[in-house]
Amino acid sequence: MKHFTRLFVALDETTKTSEKVKVMSEYFSTCSAADGAWAVYLLTGRKLRQLVPSARLHQCVKELAGLCDWLFAESYDAVGDLAETIALLLPPAHSSSDVPLREWVEERLMPLRTKSEDEQKALLSAYWDELSTSERLVMNKIITGSFRIGVSQLLVIKGLSKASGVDESTIAHRLMGDWSPTEEFFTQLFASDTQDADVSRPYPFYLAYPLEQEPEALGNVGDWLAEWKWDGIRSQLIRRQGKTFIWSRGEELISERFPELLEASQQLPDGTVLDGEILAWAEGEVLPFNLLQKRITRKSLSKKLLQEIPVALMVYDILEHEGVDVRSLTMRERRRLLVQLLSPGALDDAPSCRGQLNPIFRVSPNLLVSSWQELAESRTTSRDLKVEGLMLKRADSAYGVGRRKGDWWKWKVNPFSIDAVLIYAQRGHGKRASLYTDYTFGVWHEGRLVPVAKAYSGLDDAEIRQVDAFIRQNTLEKFGPVRTVKPELVFEIAFEGIQHSPRHKSGIAVRFPRIARWRTDKPMEEADSLQTLSALIDGGAAS
Amino acid sequence: MASRLIHTTDKGLYCEAGDFYIDPWRPVERAIVTHAHSDHARWGSSKYLCSKPGANVLRHRIGADAQIESIAYGEKIRLNDTTVSLHPAGHILGSSQIRVERDGEVWVVSGDYKLDPDPTCQPYEPVKCHTFITESTFGLPIYTWQTNDELFTDINAWWEKNKKDGKTSLLLAYALGKAQRLLMGVDTSIGPIYTHGAVESLNQVYLQSGVALPETKRLSSMPRGSKFAGALVLAPPSAYGTPWQRQLNPVSAAFASGWMRVRGIRRRRSLDKGFPVSDHCDWPSLLKAVHLSGAENVLVTHGYSQILVRYLQEQGLNADTLSTQYEGEEETSSGESSPADSLSEPAADEVPE
Repeated sequence: MKHFTRLFVALDETTKTSEKVKVMSEYFSTCSAADGAWAVYLLTGRKLRQLVPSARLHQCVKELAGLCDWLFAESYDAVGDLAETIALLLPPAHSSSDVPLREWVEERLMPLRTKSEDEQKALLSAYWDELSTSERLVMNKIITGSFRIGVSQLLVIKGLSKASGVDESTIAHRLMGDWSPTEEFFTQLFASDTQDADVSRPYPFYLAYPLEQEPEALGNVGDWLAEWKWDGIRSQLIRRQGKTFIWSRGEELISERFPELLEASQQLPDGTVLDGEILAWAEGEVLPFNLLQKRITRKSLSKKLLQEIPVALMVYDILEHEGVDVRSLTMRERRRLLVQLLSPGALDDAPSCRGQLNPIFRVSPNLLVSSWQELAESRTTSRDLKVEGLMLKRADSAYGVGRRKGDWWKWKVNPFSIDAVLIYAQRGHGKRASLYTDYTFGVWHEGRLVPVAKAYSGLDDAEIRQVDAFIRQNTLEKFGPVRTVKPELVFEIAFEGIQHSPRHKSGIAVRFPRIARWRTDKPMEEADSLQTLSALIDGGAAS
Repeated sequence: MASRLIHTTDKGLYCEAGDFYIDPWRPVERAIVTHAHSDHARWGSSKYLCSKPGANVLRHRIGADAQIESIAYGEKIRLNDTTVSLHPAGHILGSSQIRVERDGEVWVVSGDYKLDPDPTCQPYEPVKCHTFITESTFGLPIYTWQTNDELFTDINAWWEKNKKDGKTSLLLAYALGKAQRLLMGVDTSIGPIYTHGAVESLNQVYLQSGVALPETKRLSSMPRGSKFAGALVLAPPSAYGTPWQRQLNPVSAAFASGWMRVRGIRRRRSLDKGFPVSDHCDWPSLLKAVHLSGAENVLVTHGYSQILVRYLQEQGLNADTLSTQYEGEEETSSGESSPADSLSEPAADEVPE
């Protein structure tokens, strides 16, 4: 635990990525394989289901620190993170121990889940009593399953690569999919033999950067392939050894949610990996995203649901062909393989959409364009086609790992935007704990403000402080952590999509809302109305 | 209470029976000053009274022309209907609690204070009273300080590691009090110590006042192109991230402040390293000081005042808030003091060279 806590503290104390990679590499080079496996597990954001209920942790700390409810609540409110609040409130430890990370997790913490309340309390207080404040923080974060410390998976991969000498893409591949944090896993992670056998393992997804400059800056339009940016579930479909696996970008295995894709995939040859977007799709058209969500969230998939919400896989890349990793081929070459596979007989760069192999596999059409201007015009029709904009991919680029600037760009249509009034506020968490940074915004409806969006981001530090001060001075009521704020401040809220939603008080739901800017120039009376917002649902363009 | 011995006016804490103010925030006829931090010692009053050990520092802060009278700790003086004496507060050099007595009723204004040992000033002396006025900058149970031993073990280890890595150690601390306390505690055998001008000028005042600080060099007195790898540099927080800092590269910067106890606050300031150390009381010390005073009435000024008041009320004391313009540690504002405020602009006398 001491070794891992030193790593935790070192990572926490630097903002430099090179330094983070260095300290991780040092840790991975010197830790035991069993500890290393858990370290990778935790650092890459994998979580154990909460081991002890939060309320019980609260109770335990209050008893040990001799605190009443409200004083604990105020402390939690000031810190913003339960694991840290507990670490700071506990009385000093009476002893010190250095039990390895694996033993902590597997033999001490994981067994807590099945213990009785009294046993949990006794064990927790004994454990805390042998740890320093930072060690307690680490322990608590493992228990609460909120282990986030500002290292991305990519940095962990770099650290592992540096420590092992195995190249980054191999490590990335080995970290994909389902694995258990065992000694064997960690040893295998470091193995120089790269012929890995796991049939279910996906490739790391390559992600696009948003295009912020004018497309002309990308050079000759002829060097680029353009396609629509579909709004679905980014997925990888793997067909190997007669089995099919579908992975979401969140590295969740979602095969069971899409039985029709599993069935159709039997037509694919073994050794095929496709990259694309699962869409709710009927009669040649993409259906709203919230329908697709039902396919993911409903506990059981009824026949009726399958009929009502049919899906298609809009395929735009092939990563493995005839059992060979083809990611290093160019985009143009990969696309040729893809078209040959799904639409045999079609022209290589045909804008063909429906796959001839099976209509459920569609090839995302390439837009035939001769100029950036023409492309820009096509982009303006995105909303009619219910797509989010365009994707630009460099024709001679390989399929990369993670989000890298240069070869793939998403050129989204401008977001919707409305002016709304700040009505509720809540304190942030983590880095923003103790500042009021989580806001709810309302628009006018029949002379009252109804909440329509929550947003956490979009202001700079100086603005956050100003808004925080305003909230403190203009609180009308407090409900637990939520403050009702005197309506006055107007913000422009940008969002990507809008839907009818009976579950929301306002009857609508917006997607990805964020603060575009603070409209200090606008009095609250001039904020938008629910009516204006509803009008956007039926294809109204962004104002 | 029909007439309170001390109450707040728009100019500051006022004692009518003695006709004097304590740490007024506007110019007055007679000001008794607890200590020389800028939110407590403001210029423009006709006459100042402070403790003998605090006189040099106060003069440094409010100017050579100010009329400053000083008395020894414990010395009683008569001011109109009151008897006044000053007692060590343990906050910084010369910091005092003000004891005011009228007809057997005793009030103590503690100013800023701490109970932890500090070799740059006299230790806090508990003073019995009926009414105790206290701050509560860190009035939450999450704030408990390490011992000096633990603190300096950490700081020395950080300095040594930076030295090994060929880096300069930049320690950011309040120029008056905190910087000198840190200087007295670090292991001077590790390497040379340099100072920012704002710190150095106060070091000189401390030396004149008889505090045996270790040797430091003003950074700006060094020839151009000097290298500072392995050295410790003490500077006020406002120097962080300024062009001044560039000459120290490669550098590791750390902020010494009580707020650094909370991870989110440190990270919001984009600081790599924080040492939680304060010249204010932590939560246990606040409760201990209230207890030691024996007071039945407690008035709480700046900081987490609502919280301390509620807690003391639940312990059966008469507690209430007292609105002032004092600011607590570093740059926190009055009113509902929040750690967020520590982000605000530094005091004017701390601008970098």
